[in-house]
Amino acid sequence: MASFFDLKARKAAAANGVASKDNEKKDAENTRIQPWVEKYRPKTLSDVTAQDHTITVLQRTLQASNLPHMLFYGPPGTGKTSTILALAKELYGPELMKSRVLELNASDERGISIVREKVKDFARMQLTNVSSPAYKARYPCPPFKIIILDEADSMTQDAQSALRRTMETYSKITRFCLICNYVTRIIDPLASRCSKFRFKSLDQGNAKRRLEEIAEKERVGLEDGAVEGLIQCAEGDLRKAITYLQSAARLVGAVQPAGVDKGDGEDEMDVDKKAVSVKIVQDIAGVIPDETIQRLVKAMRPTTLGGNYTGIAKEVEDMVADGWSAGQVVNQLYQAVVYDETIEDAQKNKILMVFSEIDKRLVDGADEHLSILDLALRISGILGGR
Amino acid sequence: MALIVDKHRPRSLDALTYHDELSDRLRSLAQSGDFPHLLFYGPSGAGKKTRIVATLKELYGPGVEKIKIDARVFQTSSNRKLEFNIVASVYHLEITPSDVGNYDRVVIQDLLKEVAQTQQVDQSARQRFKVVVINEADHLTRDAQAALRRTMEKYSPNLRLILVGESTAGIISPIRSRCLLVRVARPTVGEVKGVLRGSCEREGWGVREGLLERVAKESGRNLRKALLILEAVYAQNEKVTDTTPIPPPDWEGLIEQIAQEIMAEHTPARILQVRSKLYDLLTHCIPPTTILKTLTFKLMPLIDDALKPEVIKWSAFYEHRIKTGTKVIFHLEAFVAKFMRILEMYLMSMDM
Repeated sequence: MASFFDLKARKAAAANGVASKDNEKKDAENTRIQPWVEKYRPKTLSDVTAQDHTITVLQRTLQASNLPHMLFYGPPGTGKTSTILALAKELYGPELMKSRVLELNASDERGISIVREKVKDFARMQLTNVSSPAYKARYPCPPFKIIILDEADSMTQDAQSALRRTMETYSKITRFCLICNYVTRIIDPLASRCSKFRFKSLDQGNAKRRLEEIAEKERVGLEDGAVEGLIQCAEGDLRKAITYLQSAARLVGAVQPAGVDKGDGEDEMDVDKKAVSVKIVQDIAGVIPDETIQRLVKAMRPTTLGGNYTGIAKEVEDMVADGWSAGQVVNQLYQAVVYDETIEDAQKNKILMVFSEIDKRLVDGADEHLSILDLALRISGILGGR
Repeated sequence: MALIVDKHRPRSLDALTYHDELSDRLRSLAQSGDFPHLLFYGPSGAGKKTRIVATLKELYGPGVEKIKIDARVFQTSSNRKLEFNIVASVYHLEITPSDVGNYDRVVIQDLLKEVAQTQQVDQSARQRFKVVVINEADHLTRDAQAALRRTMEKYSPNLRLILVGESTAGIISPIRSRCLLVRVARPTVGEVKGVLRGSCEREGWGVREGLLERVAKESGRNLRKALLILEAVYAQNEKVTDTTPIPPPDWEGLIEQIAQEIMAEHTPARILQVRSKLYDLLTHCIPPTTILKTLTFKLMPLIDDALKPEVIKWSAFYEHRIKTGTKVIFHLEAFVAKFMRILEMYLMSMDM
């Protein structure tokens, strides 16, 4: 009753109500313009796709409320970051997440000084108490903190060695989780302190199920074979596949523009939304059409001795002018040549040597036109038996 | 007076004359309110930049055209001060991180975080995010690209990136998988001709089909080059006819001369002569890759077919060396010497 007469408090309460409504609206908008990769990031451990072995081990540790230091490694887009974030969320819940988890990645300064100061300070910090018993009942809240070092393979050797002792000294109250693509770039002393989890690249079935699920939730039509196309272009990288899917969805106009009110129900009746086709997917992924590659391969085939320079030079020039990326050309040419039954094994061996050399050159930033021309001419030379 | 390349540059997506499908796609992306990170790639003179500016205009309206240049100072961890220029409007920033060489990571980390953590102030702005255009993205160091990775995901509500580069080869795959790739191919010869014709008409020059055809061919489908050549032709000649010669740029003439000299005589004395010419080119800021490439393709018609693969092989080899090495003149000379040797060997075997 007292508060009823308290005008100020009522006003504040009213303002609060309005503000919270506003916030909700904004949140809803936010989730809508979020990239799907973030939107469909697994929320719990059991949501993580296709890493059964790792997940079972982690779930067991979750029950035991004890965790070793961990090292996650595997190709991009296989769910490493998602797994550890989901695990942290399950362990601590939303409230404690902030004070118990430190996430550092390559976008943060991570030189040796940071490892010495920020990481060490955080590792040294004593634990805060859990606020309420009810919270504790819902989340295990084990008595340690987690430091996530994402993209750890881009840390310098010095910074890594500075971690060594830190990891041991504070192991009572802090666990480390290193995430990297290449386990070889982590120095041995660090690797031996962690239990390693390998994330394998996603198999067809799992990736397909996940993509279809997202497509259904976002109401994107998929043509036959489009999912397979996506998976093939993404090469086992689920993040890539989802990004492609989202881009493709934007192109066919399945996503409503920002101004349209969603609640109308009229949009759902709209039936002439196009479906995502294989061609659109390939377009987005920057895959070179088969005929272009075939034309080049044909030009490379030996005709009369040494007479095919002009043909090859022209094809290569056109390709470069069309802006196809040299990396992609090398990739697809490789596929075309290696699976070609008509080429002898001995020749293939020689050709692969050329491929490796050119790939290195491209990574070093050599000129694409010359490199591709060189590649094509040398393969043609090998095919011609010279 | 502005060059016609700049004067006739299309300012909006509607005014673009070729790659209509791509323009439609960009428009629908800009209007959907759900704008992804983009990675534009394609050879120079294809119109990447023009398309980006047009897309930005579609996103934000004419406000993006009011640009100013900021000079910012960044400090590296070793307390070195870096000066860095930013081209900015209220809605977007444009940076060329490769300006600062190896320190690009510092710039990327500091600048992008700063942008990402501030929200759009202007309430009437059409989009809630700012766009950062990163030029020459394929020349970013590995560190800088690694720094981009998580930033792109974490700050996506406030920040969209548009990366521009000549190829995707220099860009690490985690970045590629976070972007929508947009390939901008060079216009076809017909399309180049169309643009040239339009420019001629707007300038009030008589349209000479034969000349346009030749300019388009000469430019190698590079639209910028074509427009520059066209303007040069009209500037140098009072009366332009179908057969007016197209003057090659000075440096191309010089390289042509080098090619002739190399063909004529294969001696150390000749290398010495060529060397002074190469130095001449380098001091005029012609990029070594361009020199080597042009020289190679000038030599091609002069030599026998059987030799061509060999020459290309060495050309590619020394081009790679130029990129990884430090002193370019060594490699240019080495190529010249190698070429002389190949040719000499070949001629010897013919004599036998």
